[in-house]
Amino acid sequence: MVVRQQARDGDGLFVSGHRACHGCGMALAVRHILEATGKDVIVVTPTGCLETFTSPYGFSPWRVPWIHHLFENGPSVATGIAAALKMQNRQNVRVLVIGGDGGTFDIGFGALSGMFERGDDVLYVCVDNAAYMNTGGQRSGATPTFAATTTHPPGTLSKGKPELKKDLPRIMADHGAPYVATASVGYLRDLRKKVAKAMTFHGPRYIQVDTPCPSGWGFSSHLTLEVGRLGVNCGLVPIYEKEHGRLTSVRKIRKRVPVESYMKAQGRFRHLLSMADAKTEIERLQAIADSIVQEYGLLVQSEKRSA
Amino acid sequence: MRSVEVVEGSEAVALAVKACRPHVISAYPISPQTHIVEALARMVANGEVSAEYVCVESEFSAASVVSGASAAGSRSYTASSSQGLMLMTEVIYASAGMRLPFVITGVNRCISAPISIQIDHQDAISLRDSGMIQIFVESVQEAYDAHIAAFKIAEDPGIMLPVMVCMDGWILTHSYEPVYFTDQSAVDSFLPPFKPENFLDVDNPKTWGSYAEDDVLMEFRYSIHKAMQYAKGRIREIFHELSILTGRDHGGLIESYRTQDAEIILLAMGSVAGTVKEAVDMMRSKGKKVGLVKLRCFRPFPHEDIWEAIKGARVVGIMDANFSMGSEGAVGLDLKAKVCGRPSAPKVIDFIAGLGGKDLGMQSIEWIAQKAEEALYRDEPQIEPCWVNLNPAIVD
Amino acid sequence: MKITPGAVVKGGTSLAYKTGGWRDEKPVQDLEVCNSCGTCKEVCPENCVKVIEDRYSIDYDYCKGCGLCAHECPVKAIQMIAEEK
Repeated sequence: MVVRQQARDGDGLFVSGHRACHGCGMALAVRHILEATGKDVIVVTPTGCLETFTSPYGFSPWRVPWIHHLFENGPSVATGIAAALKMQNRQNVRVLVIGGDGGTFDIGFGALSGMFERGDDVLYVCVDNAAYMNTGGQRSGATPTFAATTTHPPGTLSKGKPELKKDLPRIMADHGAPYVATASVGYLRDLRKKVAKAMTFHGPRYIQVDTPCPSGWGFSSHLTLEVGRLGVNCGLVPIYEKEHGRLTSVRKIRKRVPVESYMKAQGRFRHLLSMADAKTEIERLQAIADSIVQEYGLLVQSEKRSA
Repeated sequence: MRSVEVVEGSEAVALAVKACRPHVISAYPISPQTHIVEALARMVANGEVSAEYVCVESEFSAASVVSGASAAGSRSYTASSSQGLMLMTEVIYASAGMRLPFVITGVNRCISAPISIQIDHQDAISLRDSGMIQIFVESVQEAYDAHIAAFKIAEDPGIMLPVMVCMDGWILTHSYEPVYFTDQSAVDSFLPPFKPENFLDVDNPKTWGSYAEDDVLMEFRYSIHKAMQYAKGRIREIFHELSILTGRDHGGLIESYRTQDAEIILLAMGSVAGTVKEAVDMMRSKGKKVGLVKLRCFRPFPHEDIWEAIKGARVVGIMDANFSMGSEGAVGLDLKAKVCGRPSAPKVIDFIAGLGGKDLGMQSIEWIAQKAEEALYRDEPQIEPCWVNLNPAIVD
Repeated sequence: MKITPGAVVKGGTSLAYKTGGWRDEKPVQDLEVCNSCGTCKEVCPENCVKVIEDRYSIDYDYCKGCGLCAHECPVKAIQMIAEEK
């Protein structure tokens, strides 16, 4: 009975009882992000999965002050909060946006760019599940090439999204931000370190976290971290840091896996494996991974390249 | 100690905002409000205003910045017009729903398309359902005074809603008029610092922006309706309190001008009210019993105050510088809804007047009063609105 | 209970919603095998693995049975067992 009581109290800044799907990569990432920032943060979240599963009226897991305003304006609401904190001399309190790819890559992109151009003191963490998952899995600018989504499904005339994934970390680094990094829930310690490091900078900072989605990507809920690691180790999800636009670290791939292994682990690429005429697409995806590996020098034996 | 200066309308507004000591100002240019934010920028650059001045990349962000600042517990301000106000619409609805107060100057201008920088109130009426309070002013002096009242209204613990002070573009923003300023210490005593009960606080973490199901959503809307109802009384009180402080009384939720024994009452909002007053005087000198109800508060709609002013009249001509496409003018729709069915209510006619910047001189206003009077000799009600100065040569 | 102004609510209130009812499978620890590395706590999206009296304990009030703890456990000390309804 005593044990149960202690367990019930909950600890940490992101507590139990939220309504994320089983095995949600995003929920896991948020726990670790807040562990790294500590309690003196105000968090803004644009509309999306994270907002929805954490804010049914009366049931909030956020043990930090948190605001969801709209879909398009995570960055600008954060800017307003940061400005207020400055005027109120509450500068030990930091501002964080934790938002999905829809609100970051697409509808909130203008506001994000504006925030970075102004140099506002906000850490923007994009928890990226690569589609509008909250509404059932529609294509976003973050959807990788040839992934199936409900608004770009495979069919007789389609192999899924033909375009490249928008390279948002590169774009944000090119804004001159002091710190930009990519991370994955497959590597939680690395994620925590990067968030903690980002907190030592002032100005606009961006971290993109690959957060595999069991419901949307089509894999069993216990495989979230494994799929995350596959994404990293096949080369499609490069893990690196850039400071003031220059590449300062990469996570080397010790054991490279072919892109096909990553595809086989998920339902959203299944069509490529089952369609007879999809060989070109598989090769193209492998080539994309190869070029990423080369650009960032991700293999253990290659030299580190600067951007 | 009072001082008076001839200043541009935009500068007067900036000086009023300055006196209210906002923490955060967001700025995005759009004619005809830009002079306001430029004046504030100069003041910030010279250390006359201590605020975080944020040049944003769109009006959506301008409204979002003041919303975030408000949630963090800071007094905040922005200004926009026309397309900019349209772009802010979603943000204003959300902030009203979350009870985040801030003040916007809505410098009224036509909405595209066709694009125009002429004046009408279409931008304001398009925001009428949002939960934002809307005050309209006739003169630069009234604009100055109304902004100081606006912050107090917005931040009242029983209100906590965004407030927009609407002023006609060019006519008021770019006119030079003598303005009496209120002493800073008087403004400070009238408007204490903003200290909301709920704000983003790491020592007391709370959650804003939850989603609500059908068991509570209507109740949330109802609570805003209740706040608006409460606001009617509170706005009257605040205007009155300010008038005692300044010695300038612009009226309450409405201003009644020569309505006491009027048979024909015109109802207008914005700078045209000044011209209507002149026209009323002229028509009175010719023996016509005309009066004006100047609507100062559009939302919440002060139908009680209007009724008291018009109930003795025989006909009311509403001058709507706006048009709800497919129906009629917004004030017409609001008033007819509240007056219809009241015993011995005056006949109510909606005039679309000044839409698209169509000039309204004394003759036009006399024409409106004439048409209103003619309606009295017809049994049937005037259902369709009457378009003033419409040019039949260019439209079928 | 009356609605709050602006729908603002206190943080941490989600604890009132017990997501344990979502489970089809339940993680069961073998304490003989467990080496207290803490991986299960690290990888739980529900934050429902607690340290209680020096051991890692699963709070079944909230455990959704996703299986991440069982899959990631380096010594395979956790098994997923079908939930008894």
